[in-house]
Amino acid sequence: MSWETVIGLEIHAQLSTKSKLFSGGSTEFGAESNTHVDLVDMGLPGVLPVVNKEAFYKAIRFGLATGAEINQVSSFDRKNYFYPDLPKGYQITQMTKPIVEKGSIKVLTDEGEKLINITRAHLEEDAGKSIHDLFEGETGVDLNRAGTPLLEIVSEPEISSAKEAVAYFKAIRQLVTFLDICDGNMAQGSMRCDVNVSIKKSGDKELGTRAELKNINSFKFIEKAINYEIERQIRVIENGESVIQETRLYDSDKNETRSMRSKEEANDYRYFPCPDLLPVVISDKELQEIRDNLPELPEEKESRYVSEIGLEESEAKIISSSKAMANMFEEASSKTDDIKLVAKWLVGDISALLNKYNIEIDESNLSPENFGKLIERISDNTISGKIAKSVLEEVWDNGSDVDEIIQTKGLVQIQDESLLEDIARKVIDSNSDQVAAYRSGKDKLFGFFVGQVMKETQGKANPKSVNEILKKLLK
Amino acid sequence: MTIKYKTIKEIKKMISQKEISNKEIVEEVYKLIDENSDLNAFVTLNKDSSIKKAEDLDNNPSDSSLAGIPIAQKDLFCTKGIRTTCGSKILDNFIPPYSATVIENLENAGCISVGKTNMDEFAMGSSNETSFFGNVHNPWGEKLVPGGSSGGSASAVAAGIVPAASGTDTGGSIRQPASLCGITGIKPTYGRVSRWGMIAFASSLDQAGPMARTAEDCALLLNEMCSHDIKDTTSLDENIPNFEDSINEPLKGKKVGVVKDLDLSSLDDDVISVYENSLQEFVSLGAELVNISLPNLSLSVPTYYVVAPAECSSNLSRFDGVKFGRRSENPKDLEELYIQTRSEGFGDEVKRRILIGSYVLSAGYYDAYYKKAQQVRRLIKKDFDEAFSDVDVIMTPTTRGPAFEIGSKVSDPIQMYLEDLFTISANLAGLPAMSLPNGNIDNRPIGLQIIGNFLDESTILNFGHMYQTKTNWHMFTPEGVK
Repeated sequence: MSWETVIGLEIHAQLSTKSKLFSGGSTEFGAESNTHVDLVDMGLPGVLPVVNKEAFYKAIRFGLATGAEINQVSSFDRKNYFYPDLPKGYQITQMTKPIVEKGSIKVLTDEGEKLINITRAHLEEDAGKSIHDLFEGETGVDLNRAGTPLLEIVSEPEISSAKEAVAYFKAIRQLVTFLDICDGNMAQGSMRCDVNVSIKKSGDKELGTRAELKNINSFKFIEKAINYEIERQIRVIENGESVIQETRLYDSDKNETRSMRSKEEANDYRYFPCPDLLPVVISDKELQEIRDNLPELPEEKESRYVSEIGLEESEAKIISSSKAMANMFEEASSKTDDIKLVAKWLVGDISALLNKYNIEIDESNLSPENFGKLIERISDNTISGKIAKSVLEEVWDNGSDVDEIIQTKGLVQIQDESLLEDIARKVIDSNSDQVAAYRSGKDKLFGFFVGQVMKETQGKANPKSVNEILKKLLK
Repeated sequence: MTIKYKTIKEIKKMISQKEISNKEIVEEVYKLIDENSDLNAFVTLNKDSSIKKAEDLDNNPSDSSLAGIPIAQKDLFCTKGIRTTCGSKILDNFIPPYSATVIENLENAGCISVGKTNMDEFAMGSSNETSFFGNVHNPWGEKLVPGGSSGGSASAVAAGIVPAASGTDTGGSIRQPASLCGITGIKPTYGRVSRWGMIAFASSLDQAGPMARTAEDCALLLNEMCSHDIKDTTSLDENIPNFEDSINEPLKGKKVGVVKDLDLSSLDDDVISVYENSLQEFVSLGAELVNISLPNLSLSVPTYYVVAPAECSSNLSRFDGVKFGRRSENPKDLEELYIQTRSEGFGDEVKRRILIGSYVLSAGYYDAYYKKAQQVRRLIKKDFDEAFSDVDVIMTPTTRGPAFEIGSKVSDPIQMYLEDLFTISANLAGLPAMSLPNGNIDNRPIGLQIIGNFLDESTILNFGHMYQTKTNWHMFTPEGVK
C-alpha cells in the first residue's frame, strides 16, 4: 500500500521589538532571570495590557510580503490554562480575528517550486520558562520571556514530506529575517515550530487523523521527527489500529515521538474576547506607510542581481538566500568596482568556508570592508587569486586587515616584466630536457614551467605576465 | 469641632478658616474608626503615614482641591506598600508594589488615604457577607447588612467616620450599599475612571466611583478620579468636564424617563411610595416625567450572571499560588498546588462564580451562553440609546428594599443576585448611574437611582444636587438628622 503524507506547520517567530507585546518590559535575550519583567509581565493583580503597535507593524510586513489579507481591525482573545510560567493563567492571543490571513510563500522542493498557502498569522504573547534542573526538587520560573511578541504562522496542510516541511520553514525563516521582523535565531528559540502530521492512502480525499508534534527548534529535528512520525503512523495503521488525535513530544536523543496528551485530556482553553483590549485598528495611512517601506525581498534581490548586475542566476540565488549573505554582497560591492568578482568569491571560496565551519557569514571574521578590499587588491593586480586565497584564510582565522597581511607578508605581486623574464630564463636554462620535450610537442609541460616560475617567486608572480613571457621564450 | 457626619465641602471650609488642623482631622478619623470598630468597615489602616501627611499639610498648606480630605479606599485598589486583600484570604499577605491610578489621582489632589475598607471577596456579593475578614455592619442597625460589595466604604461614610470613600461597581457595588447605608454614590460611564490598579472582577463592567454624603461631594471627588490613562486601553480619551459647573442648573423642562416595563410588583408598598414621592419631587423642581420603554431590561440579571462570572473565571486565574498571595503548604505536585491553594484561598461565592464562568465559556456552551449574553447586552444598550433620545435621565429605585438582616439571604444566591435587579443594566450598557437617599423605611434608608446618558455624569449630578437642595434625606444619620 502506498501512503501520502499531509503536513501543516505552526511556526512561532519571536518579533524583534524592543519591548513586549503588552508592556514596556525589555525583550532582550540572555539577561539574568526575572530582570526583564515589569508589573504587567508578572500578571500582578490590577495590571492591564497595552498593545505595542510595533508588533503589529512587523506582523503586517509579513502579511504584505506573503500577499496576504491584512485585517485592519483585529482583536485579541484569552486562551485560558494553568501553567507556572503563564503568569495570568491565560495567554492573550488572536483567535477570532488575526492580523494576517490567506497568504502564501514559494518553496523550492525537489520537484521544483511549490506555493504553500498560509492560513493565518496572528499575534500572541510568549510564556515564561520553567526551569526544572536548577533547584533540587523544585521548579524555577523565569518570566523574562513572558509577554514577548510572537507571530504564529499557520500553514495550510499542503506540505507533503519532511524535506518539504524543512524547505518551507527555511523559506519562512529567510523571509522574516529579510523583513527584519525576527532574528531567526533557532538556538535561542526565536523560531520554533509545531508540526501537524497525518497520513492517508494515496489518492484519498479525506485527511487522516493528525498528531501534533510540539516545539521543535532545529531543521534537522523537524525532518527526523516527521519521518519518525510518518513511519509510526503507517505502522499503526498497517497493524490494523488507528492513529489517535494527540500531542506528541519529539525526543531528539532517542529519535522518537512520545504521546504527551490525547484529545480527551486536552485543555478546554475557554477562549473568549479579551475584555481589557479594544480591537486594534490599523489606518489606511499606517498600512500604506508599511507598504512603502517594505525592504527588498529575496526574490526581488535575485532578479535584480541578474538583470542589473549581470550575475549568473545560480550566483544570484545563493547570494540572495540569506539576508546576511545579501548584506555582505551589497556592502562589499560598494567598496570595489569588480562586483562580479565579489559574487564569484562569495559563491566560491567563501561559501566553501561557510559550509566547512557550518556558520552564517555574519558570524565569521570577515567584514564587508575587508572583503571589498580583498577583491580590490585582486582586481588591481596587487595580489594574485591564489595569494588571495591564503589572505582570505588568514582573515577568516583572525579578522586581520587585508592590506596589512599583504604588507607584512610581502605578498605583493611581481609586475616587473624584466625581472620575471630573468627568472623565466633561469628556469628554462636549468631545465633543458623539459624544454626540448616541450618544443617537440609535449604542450602539457607548459604548466610545469609556470609552476617553476611561481615557485621561484613564492607565488607572487602575475600569472598572466608569466604566461606571456614563457610563451615568448619557449617558442 | 468635629468632622463626624461633615461633608467634604464643610471640612474644606473648616480647614480654610483654620477651625481645625489637618492633623486634628486625621486623628479624629482614627478615633472614630476605633469607636466604630464593631462595624468592621476597615481591613487595614494607614495611620502613621496619614498623620505624617496631615502634619506636612499643616506646615505647608496646599490649595489642591481635596487637600487634607480623609478618604477611605476600598481594598480592591492596589496601594503601594499597603496591604491590598480584595476581601480574600488568597491575598491576605499581598502588598502591591504600585498604586492604582484612582488612588494616585485622589492623593495628588490632596486626599489622605486613611485605610482600606472591607468588601465582599473580589467584589462578589451584595451584602458584604462574603469577605474573608468578616461581615461589615450597617451603622443603621448592627444586624443589618451594609450592602455590597463596597460595604465597608458605605458603612464608613454612613457612620460619619470619613466624608468620602472610593468604591467600585460591577453590577451595583457602589449604588446598592449607598442605598442601604443612606449615602450618595456614583458609578461613572465605563472608561471614565482608569481601571489600572483595580483588581479585576469583570473587566468589561468594573468601574470605580466616589461614595460620599452628597451629590455635590461626589462631583468634587469625581473631578479628581476621572482621567484618561494610557495604561488602560479601555480608558476613554474624552473631555472631562468640571462636574461642579452645571450642578445648580434648574431642572425646568428637563425630562425624567420612567421605565414602564419595570416590574415593581415584588416591591413593598412602602418602597414604591418612596420612589413615587421622589418622582413627584422632581416634577415640583420643574422636570417632566416621560414614560419610556426598556423592553430587554428583564434580561439584565441573567445576562450579567453569564458575562461577569465568565470574565471573573479568567481574571482570577492569576491567583494560583505561584507568584504572589497565599500558597498552600506542602503540595505533592503542581496540580495539588493549584487545587489546594485555590480551594483554601477562595470563599464559596467566588468559587461559585468561577465555576459558572468556566462552564459558560467551555467548548460547546460558549455560543449558547457567553455569545448569547453578549448579544443581549447589545440589545440592552440599544434600548437605553433609544430611550435617551427622549429623556435626560432615567429613574428607578436603587434597590428592592432597605437593608436586610445579616444571614437572611446568604444561603439563597438567586435572592442575593436579584439585589442588583435595578442596578445591573447600567453596567451592561456602560452608562453612568447614581444612588442617593430618598426615603426612610422603619428607620432604614433607601435610595433612588438616576441613570444618565453616556458620558453625561454632569446631568445626573445636577439632578441629584437639585434634589438634595430641596430634600434632607441625605442629612439623615443613624443618630438623627444632621
